[in-house]
Amino acid sequence: MSNYNNLIFEISRPGRVGCSLPERDVDAVDLSEKLPAHLIREEAPELPEVSELQLVRHYTALSNKNHGVDNGFYPLGSCTMKYNPKINEDAARLDGFSRIHPYQPGETVQGALQLLYELQEDLAAITGMDAVTLQPSAGAQGEWTGLMMIKAYHEQKSEKRTKVLVPDSAHGTNPASAAAAGFRTVTIPSNEHGLVDVEELKKHVDDDTAALMLTNPNTLGLFEKDILDIAGIIHDAGGLLYYDGANANAILGKTTPGKMGFDVVHLNLHKTFTTPHGGGGPGAGPVGVHKKLIPFLPVPRIEKEDGKFVLKTNEPLSIGRVKGYYGNFGILVRAYTYIRTMGPAGLRQVSESAVLHANYLRKKIEPYFVSPYEQVSKHEFVLSGSKQKKLGVRTLDIAKRLLDFGYHPPTIYFPLNVEECLMIEPTETESKETLDAFAAAMIQIAKEAEENPDIVLNAPHTTVIGRLNEVKAARQPIVRCEKKKAQP
Amino acid sequence: MTSTFRYLPDTEEDQKEMLSFLNMASIDELFSDMPESIRLDGELSIPKAKSEPGLWKELQKLARRNMTASELPTFLGAGIYDHYIPSVVHHMISRSEFYTAYTPYQPEISQGELQAIFEFQTMVCELTGMDAANASMYDGFTALAEAASLAAAYTKRSKFIVSQAVHPEARTILNTTAAGPGYTAEEAILAGDITDLDALKQKMDSDTAAVIVQYPNFFGSIEDLKEINEIAKKQGAFLVVSANPLALGLLQPPGRLGADIVVGDMQPLGIPMAFGGPSCGYFAVTKKLMRKIPGRIVGQTTDEKGNRGFVLTLQAREQHIRRDKATSNICSNQALNALASAVCMTALGKTGLREMARLNFEKADYAAELFKQKGFPVLNNAPFFNEFIIELPRAAEDTQSRLIEHGFIGGFSLDSDYGQPNQMLVAVTEQRTKTEIDQFIEVMEGMGR
Repeated sequence: MSNYNNLIFEISRPGRVGCSLPERDVDAVDLSEKLPAHLIREEAPELPEVSELQLVRHYTALSNKNHGVDNGFYPLGSCTMKYNPKINEDAARLDGFSRIHPYQPGETVQGALQLLYELQEDLAAITGMDAVTLQPSAGAQGEWTGLMMIKAYHEQKSEKRTKVLVPDSAHGTNPASAAAAGFRTVTIPSNEHGLVDVEELKKHVDDDTAALMLTNPNTLGLFEKDILDIAGIIHDAGGLLYYDGANANAILGKTTPGKMGFDVVHLNLHKTFTTPHGGGGPGAGPVGVHKKLIPFLPVPRIEKEDGKFVLKTNEPLSIGRVKGYYGNFGILVRAYTYIRTMGPAGLRQVSESAVLHANYLRKKIEPYFVSPYEQVSKHEFVLSGSKQKKLGVRTLDIAKRLLDFGYHPPTIYFPLNVEECLMIEPTETESKETLDAFAAAMIQIAKEAEENPDIVLNAPHTTVIGRLNEVKAARQPIVRCEKKKAQP
Repeated sequence: MTSTFRYLPDTEEDQKEMLSFLNMASIDELFSDMPESIRLDGELSIPKAKSEPGLWKELQKLARRNMTASELPTFLGAGIYDHYIPSVVHHMISRSEFYTAYTPYQPEISQGELQAIFEFQTMVCELTGMDAANASMYDGFTALAEAASLAAAYTKRSKFIVSQAVHPEARTILNTTAAGPGYTAEEAILAGDITDLDALKQKMDSDTAAVIVQYPNFFGSIEDLKEINEIAKKQGAFLVVSANPLALGLLQPPGRLGADIVVGDMQPLGIPMAFGGPSCGYFAVTKKLMRKIPGRIVGQTTDEKGNRGFVLTLQAREQHIRRDKATSNICSNQALNALASAVCMTALGKTGLREMARLNFEKADYAAELFKQKGFPVLNNAPFFNEFIIELPRAAEDTQSRLIEHGFIGGFSLDSDYGQPNQMLVAVTEQRTKTEIDQFIEVMEGMGR
């Protein structure tokens, strides 16, 4: 099975089926009597034709070529690859949650609305915000939703502010979301300690500043200690503060973005709240706001009236809808299940453990790499591979060598302000034994870089495929299976 | 003390050992960089933790407070449909190697996901008749908004003309999205159940980036894309089509009728209704637009030994490289649901998809004929796929409530979106048996005039 390398189309054989459709109990209709000829499809789309077992073997073989959190350690910085609890999956698949239609009358979906309402309340408490929308599908969509509200807020005050400030260590989505919301971005450099350079920030803040977007702890895993000063500078100029919640795993029950002075917050439920990453999604990116922004929240809003849960759509200042229906409901069910599993004490322990693990792992391996910052880490830390680079071993090579140990590598070459960056986030769900074993692998690779660099440079040695030619993929893109040649 | 939470492995001993390695006396030292004034005094005000069995009972209780399509035959559609999902779909996407992985940044240990997406892209191209498709978008509506942005960026024009027969939610999302960069979306009015082509012609001008229509449209009617494309191309505008992928088992693919971008929602193929999400949008384009697609794309390549493999490609478009100059801010996709759709399309196969589409067409046709016989006018003049509008003697919302009492979930009221309180959009999928259809119509008839 390990040699299996076929595309599903390559095992297809005309006449096989993998499904069992409902019985035909009405008369067949002649399409040509109902539709003009040019709107009728002549040839069926070339979908594969396989039996159910062939299908199962194919996708099982594919799954065997994939590494997930259940397979092994996944310290991908900024992505919070923690364990995805099984009860969450079962909950989302309950008929009462998965077999309901978004347009059913409200009285027939009170359980779903109650769950959403309670989740809004929980997330408001966790972020220290006054209200929450669950609609955005992902962090990036949450950012854009937040920025659209910020835009509407300024416009409501008859102010045209065009500038959004973003630190150089920010996620790429921050400036991209600002652009999508019609703002221009100004990048604020970090200082030598890896924090926002407050003096530099002051130079850029003026009455054209709509907002500052900040991740705290930032993407270097460092807590922005001057957050209250930063908030003061932005607020004094009439701007708002946006909290990118990608790193919320470090602050649960310890502080809130509200206490730090933020006005808008998004959370990535697929990071902090254990919903699975799904190979790239679906996630969910709820947004919380300070009360001054409540009028601008997307519609519909879920509210409680006389003990009943209702959807409200008539909000004249709302930015409108940002996503179909009520957000990624199935993901929201999973996050709700997790929050109910952990409670306030559990969530606090999550962050305490996550931070402990990051600092422990950092101290174990930093002597072998370059550790660019002094400050205590939060839930993740960065190292620079600049020492190894001098030996001809790049961070990419270190990442590929880690594959041979059965680990998913850390995030690499991000943030952009650290040379040959490795960004490591162990999460709270890993045991000390796992951290120790990973540290031993990193130390071994650092030694190999000095003593036997070829083994690192030629890695991986144990994967189903070697390093892939990405330049070729981009130059001559093949993004679909070749069309079958017509049979003679 | 041992750890209290099953997801947290640290024992008191573990914690002590780690702290002592760090030369720290307590966890608090790890948070010494947080100013005192921002620290939380007490606990978060959320409910206390629950045991696994205790929580499960509560979840089931909440779930039971919802009426499901398993209990009540449903005739509700309007964008989300109750379709047959082969059991294998759930089993394959429950392989945790798939669902606990992230975006395949490390292709050597992500070939499974990458290949599955590559196959998904191929299937989307096959369905739509387009040259290239991406790895998926959040949903059909946001995919439509992204298509409009791409059209505007490519044509360097700023106006969209969107048919009123496009899903109302898609239109509101388009309006929200367009407001960012300052684009405008004007609506083309209806001629009955389809887009008014004369009105469309009059709206066209040299600043029109795209004409946006739905296929079949919101009322189930099948728009004539050929004519609409001619109108669009006369002014150099794109034709953007939002298409139901299941209907494309029967209908001429938009790619054959001149569409530049085809988007839509994969929900009808393998994705549960789940109160409207998560779903999975698809996004397909002609060759000239391949390097402008938003989101992730998987491409085929080779490793150093010449073995076939797959990688994320054309990343120069994306936010993590281009930041504020990216074609879109989208970062994640709906990979797991794209996988669900790919598995479903594989299970259905070439003949199954066509057969399922036919069943929808024929059952809806049967139901519409029966409604007519029983004196309910069917308002679609154009041919329709699996949905149609009926005129009721009373408010559709009232009818909806009374249908629930009779054990049916009725159709969608066209009151709030189209100002037609007595009109109901009825969906009939392959899941509805003839008996259910007969009984449903009998109950409606029994409500009297």
